[in-house]
Amino acid sequence: MKEYRTITKIAGPLVFVEKTEPIAYQELVNVVLSDGTIKRGQVLDTSDELVVVQIFETTTGIGRDSGVRFTGETIKMPVGHEMLGRILSGGGKPIDGGPEIVPEKRLDITGAAINPYARGMPADFIQTGISTIDGTNTLVRGQKLPIFSAAGLPHNNVALQIARQAKVPGSTENFAVVFAAMGITKEEANYFMQDFERTGALERAVVFLNLADDPAVERIITPRLALTTAEYLAFELGMHVLVILTDMTNYCEALRQIGAAREEVPGRRGYPGYMYTDLACIYERAGMIKGKKGSVTQIPILTMPGDDITHPIPDLTGYITEGQIVVSRELHRKGIYPPINVLPSLSRLMNLGIGKGHTREDHKKVSDQMYAGYAEGNDLRGLVAIVGKDALSERDRLLLEFADLFENRFVRQGYDEDRTIEDTLNLGWEILSTLPVEQLTRIDRDLINKYHPKFRAGAKKE
Amino acid sequence: MKTEKTKEAKKGVLKRIAGPVVTAVNLDAHMYDVVKVGKEALMGEVIKIQGDNTIIQVYEDTSGIRPGEPVINTGLSLSVELGPGLLTSIYDGIQRPLAVLVEKMGNFIERGVTAPGLSHTKKWTFKPLVKAGDKIEPGSILGEVQETNIVHRVMLPPNVKAGVVKTIRSGDFTIDEIICILEDGREYPMIQRWPVRVPRPVREKKNPTIPLITGQRILDGLFPIAKGGTAAIPGPFGSGKTVTQQQLAKWSDAEIVVYIGCGERGNEMTEVLTEFPSLEDPKSGKPLMERTVLIANTSNMPVAAREASVYTGITIAEYFRDMGYDVSLMADSTSRWAEAMREISSRLEEMPGEEGYPAYLAARLSEFYERAGLVETLNGASGSVSVIGAVSPPGGDFSEPVTQNTLRIVKVFWALDAKLSQRRHFPAINWLNSYSLYLDALHDWYDKEVSPDWNKIRSWAMEVLQKEAELQEIVQLVGSDALPESEQVTIEVARMIREIFLQQNAYDAVDTFCDMKKQYDMLKAIKLFADFAYAAQIAGVSPSQIIAVKAKNELPQIKFIKDYKPELAKIEKEMDAEFNTLRSAA
Ligand SMILES: Nc1ncnc2c1ncn2[C@@H]1O[C@H](COP(=O)(O)OP(=O)(O)OP(=O)(O)O)[C@@H](O)[C@H]1O
Ligand SMILES: [Mg+2]
Repeated sequence: MKEYRTITKIAGPLVFVEKTEPIAYQELVNVVLSDGTIKRGQVLDTSDELVVVQIFETTTGIGRDSGVRFTGETIKMPVGHEMLGRILSGGGKPIDGGPEIVPEKRLDITGAAINPYARGMPADFIQTGISTIDGTNTLVRGQKLPIFSAAGLPHNNVALQIARQAKVPGSTENFAVVFAAMGITKEEANYFMQDFERTGALERAVVFLNLADDPAVERIITPRLALTTAEYLAFELGMHVLVILTDMTNYCEALRQIGAAREEVPGRRGYPGYMYTDLACIYERAGMIKGKKGSVTQIPILTMPGDDITHPIPDLTGYITEGQIVVSRELHRKGIYPPINVLPSLSRLMNLGIGKGHTREDHKKVSDQMYAGYAEGNDLRGLVAIVGKDALSERDRLLLEFADLFENRFVRQGYDEDRTIEDTLNLGWEILSTLPVEQLTRIDRDLINKYHPKFRAGAKKE
Repeated sequence: MKTEKTKEAKKGVLKRIAGPVVTAVNLDAHMYDVVKVGKEALMGEVIKIQGDNTIIQVYEDTSGIRPGEPVINTGLSLSVELGPGLLTSIYDGIQRPLAVLVEKMGNFIERGVTAPGLSHTKKWTFKPLVKAGDKIEPGSILGEVQETNIVHRVMLPPNVKAGVVKTIRSGDFTIDEIICILEDGREYPMIQRWPVRVPRPVREKKNPTIPLITGQRILDGLFPIAKGGTAAIPGPFGSGKTVTQQQLAKWSDAEIVVYIGCGERGNEMTEVLTEFPSLEDPKSGKPLMERTVLIANTSNMPVAAREASVYTGITIAEYFRDMGYDVSLMADSTSRWAEAMREISSRLEEMPGEEGYPAYLAARLSEFYERAGLVETLNGASGSVSVIGAVSPPGGDFSEPVTQNTLRIVKVFWALDAKLSQRRHFPAINWLNSYSLYLDALHDWYDKEVSPDWNKIRSWAMEVLQKEAELQEIVQLVGSDALPESEQVTIEVARMIREIFLQQNAYDAVDTFCDMKKQYDMLKAIKLFADFAYAAQIAGVSPSQIIAVKAKNELPQIKFIKDYKPELAKIEKEMDAEFNTLRSAA
């Protein structure tokens, strides 16, 4: 392999090389330092005069005397079933002291788009045991459902609880967890690892760690390595794979850094204009394929800068993912765990995975009714602060109490409390029954007669 | 996808590759020529010419392509194939059938594979409608093919000379076989090709007068769009753009539906593909898929093809319009299309306009919406294309360029509101900010087809809602009990309008579609309650007694009942009785 010593410029993570032979776009590059260390990079721009290489690590030590080797191929990831139970760096190298992975296949990490015609429709209800998810923002297999959180909130606990408790009731199929950390602290990473070890989940997991002190630019490839692995496990080995990506905010920061180094025209708040497309190429790598057994379900976690849901990172994410679970500082302050605010939360695939034959026929309407009641009760809190409780009508007073009940009974649960979907729905009915029946306008009569505690067969006998 | 015109093919060499935009040298090219890039012959389009450099946007992933590889100019412009076989198809942004791509390259979209938009081997039964000696004009109907339950009218292309039929064939043909020969020797098969960036000609554009009935109460009832009209539906993520667009695709009384998933989710297209074949058109009882053409260029598919997807879609829509059909086209989302323009433009290092969008954003948007309309076609028929574009403003802020430039063009604005969607008020269309500029044009239709008092009841409902918004401001300060009695009644009536009439559950088997008759009956029942209530209030009945009237609590159930008439009559009778009792007690 030819080695060039024609570096003309180094700026941030970018190295500019003048060269003699034609280099492919997106080709993998090795830069050899004078002490023999090798740094990896990728071609971002290629022409017969100049090649721009993005280095995945720091450019410390790279100079005019460094050698540049073009490998002639795009970045590939060696994959195999032996990856389960392994811990890899954010660049895909084993860091658990174990042997190199014996590849069964080498796959392009960019990952081609699933042909929409080949997609299978997600429909399998995943029970997470968390009422605010199962009851009101149901997760289904093959969905991409991010957690929108903010600094200092217990999103890691929520993610871990999901990873631990998630199951498809009545199914014992092969599952696996792919965990990709991008720029999180060693302490946070340990927290995840210890929980994985405690519950034995590590055996069924592949872990990629790019920590806060690891090179920022490497974060660009970490989720792609993780998803390439997940796709292999799912679509070639037939497993149901849950992918946790944390923290996508750090990923986007790395993207912004590269954009700035390339002197691109920035989009909103300095993030590149193509961030939507770039994120879509990550998040869309979830789903099912017709005729294949496995599935890829994604739970990306991101921290909203300044708790602002309109910030480009949560905003663009929300435009791509199939809903979002929003962790709220206000509920957290009230001491409620999991502090999930259902109002801005959403699961768009919920309707496919619930109802008769999936969960229970009353699921959708119970959920809608709780939303309506909680939203209205929550609004009234503002009013009460001004006019006092006494100025409220009877209807409003009940709604106000409903909002409190909803937070304290339905939202609040233990870190290890694993509620079945029946528990969750019955709990829903229980708190809804504090409202007058005629106020349950979202639910049809038949369902009320069948499930409402006051009308249920047992209750009628009284 | 094949192409129009024939010029001599020219060969150049790739000089630079940076993402979806590449530069070639020594290539003889014209703007918008289709070229084949690199050894794998990836499809691309010329978008800029500068000195010896030809700049090309590539419709497929460019990873692994090297400088020095060849570029071949086909000399043709980006076109779609038009003919029998379009219906029920699902295409990518450049009309490659996704089903064929699965066959050719498996579950993932790889590259370098071409596939024609239509099947060139399938035979269709062609029934001529002209005979030898007939004089035919551009756009004239030559005959028809029963494509699905829809009749496909085969036309003379619009851009050719008139002529006289010498031979017309009848029987089973592929789209390439000649079915018509003219006296001057010209021969025509069923297929025609049309460059996507050029609107298909019509005889005359007319002003719309008939609503596109969608079965969605807030749309048909309050903010209707006309057949041949344009509407925008902007809203933050998760507010209901896609669900609304899909509801229109399912239930609107268009004869043909073109649905463009432009830079959105793969699963949403799969949902349409899975759901539509089993849904029936409420009017014809035929599977909805049979009138539908889908274009799916999802967010992770190449951006250049995303840019092309809306043109591919609207050209297909115009083609069916030319047969005399009412076509409705949904584009979800036009913001992703605009972003594709922005991305390409920034790679061209063009001077950016507002928020990095190219300076020609407004022009492209208006050219696109201008292709909608009610027309007299070249063959004298009446056809229409209605265009409904979703807009995805960053942060849900409508002041951004795509929303603003769209609002300057479209006639109907359905403003989605995160506050409503968060409380699961669906469709989350804000009734105070939304508008339809077709109300006057459609006035007579509603008058004749729905009821002579429809327009009056509609205005009444809008007034109540407007009034409620004013009252709510006061309530927020002093509580509802402090309002005068008549206004407490107004608040209750407004609540009924919102919860009973405006809220509509897309996922309920019955409520998902509500015909005009039922819409009228529902709104009329609420008005009946209001009339009783104000009369009772004047007679001295207290607002709390009025609000406690039991019969009205049954009204929301009407939504979920298919044969709602008996139940509605019963409720109205009970309401009357209850108010009678209240009045006599007062
Ligand atoms: N008419 C409706 N009836 C019932 N539910 C609805 C309705 N409209 C929207 N929803 C609910 O809102 C969710 C989000 O709607 P939708 O996917 O259409 O949003 P969107 O505006 O297209 O978002 P994005 O911009 O992210 O694509 C749906 O999954 C559904 O749960
Ligand atoms: Mg959408």
